[in-house]
Amino acid sequence: MRSDVVDWARELYEDLDFLAVHRWLADHPGAKAGGYLPVYVPREILHACGFLPVGIHGGGDRLEIIRGDAFYQSYICHLPRSVIELAQSGRLDMLSAVLFPSTCDVIRNLSGIWKLLYPDVYVRYIDVPQVSHPDAAVTFYETELRHLVRDLSDVSGHMPSDDDFRRTIALYNEMRAVIRALYQVRRERPWDLPTEELYLLLRAGEVVPAEQFIAQARAYLAAVDSDRRRPRDNSRVVVSGAFCEQPPLGLIKSIERAGCYVVDDDFVLGARLLSGDVSLDADPVRALAEAFVHTEVRTSVLYERDPRRKRVLMKERVDAATAEGVIFAAPSFCDPALLDQPMLRNGAEAAGLPCIAFKYSENTGQFQQFREQAGTFADSLKLWSGGPT
Amino acid sequence: MAQQAVLKDRSMVLQKEMIASHFARLEKAPENHEPVVYTFVPGNLTELIRSFGALPVLPEINALQSGMRKLSGDFIAEAERAGHAEDVCAYVKCDIGMARSGNIGPSGTKLPKPDLLLLSYTGCYTFMKWFELLREEYDCPTVLFHVPYQGDGMLEPEHRQYMIRQLREEVIPALERVTGRAYDEERLRENLVLAARAEDDLSAVLQSAKHKPSPIDGYFGTVYYVGPIFSAFRGTSEGVEYYRALRQEVEARVAAGLGPIVPDGSLDEQRYRLVVEGPPSWTHFRDFWKMFTDEKAVVVASTYTKVGGTYDFGFRHDPRDPLGTLADYCSGCYTNLNLPSRIEMISRYIREYEADGFVINSIKSCNSFSAGQLMILREVEKRTGVPGAFIESDLVDPRYFSQANIKNRLESYFQMIESRRRGAPREAVVA
Repeated sequence: MRSDVVDWARELYEDLDFLAVHRWLADHPGAKAGGYLPVYVPREILHACGFLPVGIHGGGDRLEIIRGDAFYQSYICHLPRSVIELAQSGRLDMLSAVLFPSTCDVIRNLSGIWKLLYPDVYVRYIDVPQVSHPDAAVTFYETELRHLVRDLSDVSGHMPSDDDFRRTIALYNEMRAVIRALYQVRRERPWDLPTEELYLLLRAGEVVPAEQFIAQARAYLAAVDSDRRRPRDNSRVVVSGAFCEQPPLGLIKSIERAGCYVVDDDFVLGARLLSGDVSLDADPVRALAEAFVHTEVRTSVLYERDPRRKRVLMKERVDAATAEGVIFAAPSFCDPALLDQPMLRNGAEAAGLPCIAFKYSENTGQFQQFREQAGTFADSLKLWSGGPT
Repeated sequence: MAQQAVLKDRSMVLQKEMIASHFARLEKAPENHEPVVYTFVPGNLTELIRSFGALPVLPEINALQSGMRKLSGDFIAEAERAGHAEDVCAYVKCDIGMARSGNIGPSGTKLPKPDLLLLSYTGCYTFMKWFELLREEYDCPTVLFHVPYQGDGMLEPEHRQYMIRQLREEVIPALERVTGRAYDEERLRENLVLAARAEDDLSAVLQSAKHKPSPIDGYFGTVYYVGPIFSAFRGTSEGVEYYRALRQEVEARVAAGLGPIVPDGSLDEQRYRLVVEGPPSWTHFRDFWKMFTDEKAVVVASTYTKVGGTYDFGFRHDPRDPLGTLADYCSGCYTNLNLPSRIEMISRYIREYEADGFVINSIKSCNSFSAGQLMILREVEKRTGVPGAFIESDLVDPRYFSQANIKNRLESYFQMIESRRRGAPREAVVA
């Protein structure tokens, strides 16, 4: 049943105590859990070293911030204060390691705060190659990943063999393939696969073992196939900018209920940042580095080498999803999303694509204005556009 | 405080002439066929750029100068009208607004378009987006130089090799293409020798603040002192001459027991010795400075004046290893240090310069500096036992400078230091 999977995912999404992680640790004596911040870390490294990878995506709109505000001024985005709140309230005590990827200066600096607050936890800021030359980029990232493997193995007591790594990579290739399948069905039949449900599944996948996510996602896809729904006269939109601090679920629902089918987005982007399978034939660590450097997915957290790409990116995404317009939804004070937005929007508008933009926080509680904006946008697309571009 | 109408040391005159000459040369660069390279202060490769005969332009310097000349508000409004968000770095918006308003630089002359954007990505994420945005404005070649962040508090050997490789394989070829000149390592070495000489003198100037009274202001005054070395003049004979003159003046002040030259004269009587973290507010620079000098507070050290290099901790460019030393330099800039290293630096300043307290000026639109500063406040107080003050403003966005509020906080803070001196019990330390 579709609802069984969605209920399972919703329960995980709403659980700010990470009970699923605690259960996994209880079932695997001696094993460790390792957290990571958005946007992207190679979860394969954590998994191969014997960790359960745990995505830390903040407290959303379900967590009262008491301690977190003492760490951040009002003009810093909301995500780090809710992450600190989770940690200071003991909810992340089960993590033996926390990885902070090169997403922005806020997440980078949070790694320093973590080092000071939790000296017994392994903390690593994971830099990513921003250079144009692919070979230099791969070499740098491979070195970073090998460093990480060494350190995490020390924490877990398990140094993975190449075969261990390949099994892990195959598992995560499978996970990404299932996610691609989910996105494909939503792109083709968004009435059958609402973004609210897709999003809940993605978030569940951040806190459970990959095998469990794959099984549930497959069950969901089968249920979607046997539970066909009637298409509505909705407008097809791409939602761009929500790759780090996640929007509250109510915001996603508001966009959909306002008459929009979200046919592409960058929610929980790290789970699908690698566009293709990671090679099982090459050296596994180098293969992970290669896959990252050569991914076709574009994100604001990485330097864009091709000067033309910003101008055409939204047009490419809209075309690939047969969408009609773009909603730029960025978290307040989010440097990557907000600094990119003028370039992306200029390119979209130059291509004749209708756009709207708004800002949110993960704890935004009022959705009426978003619903009105999205509703007006959906209506205008239907009235004034000549159909999908 | 001794009141004097205008005090100008030889170094001030020299600096003014150097900057005027540089901008005049920039204005004529297109007709003189001198290539122009835009780059950033942290991790700038001035010696390398100059070794190719190219002229550097530093957009942050232009933005802060626009702030001081009260132009930044209009430039920011121009950028926001073009779709730039209110929440993001005000330097970026000021620069974009300036470019769209005729690109008139700090000295009133027109700035040339860049022949190359040398994106030295050193500890500030916004730098990447800034040059992606400028690339859209100027449609010119861009080369990125990625300086890995010191996440574990040190330069890792692999990161050093990565930087050297980029210099060899990316940066130098890009400079060769836009200048039409071949890389000349001997010329680079010569520039590095000059850089190290200037760094010796600047370091002596910075450390002179250990004297009582301090002969310099280590923040407001020192942003002028670091101007030449942070911008176009590191590795030049003009830079060497400037810092030699500056050092002589400062040493003369030490010998005479004089304080620094401040807006109202010479601050010889110094009641408070402070360390400051964070950039100043450029739109109200003089007003901000006066809030300190009115209370006879002198800043003895600051972190902002280390964004272009941490010379006072011993770094010198080394001509024996030209590319390696550039990598070392970039990695060690203050913006590239992790939070524990920043805390250690501030604590060390407080101890070594015998400071009575420290002030954090938190910048609304600068996440690189600001995210984590409340943690810095707590940790530095814990480690040193001296009280900290926390005030908030912005770089060049005049909407975020609340004069009464900042003045009120600083006055309360100074009163608190006084009450501590009188032995009053420890109270709330956040002014």
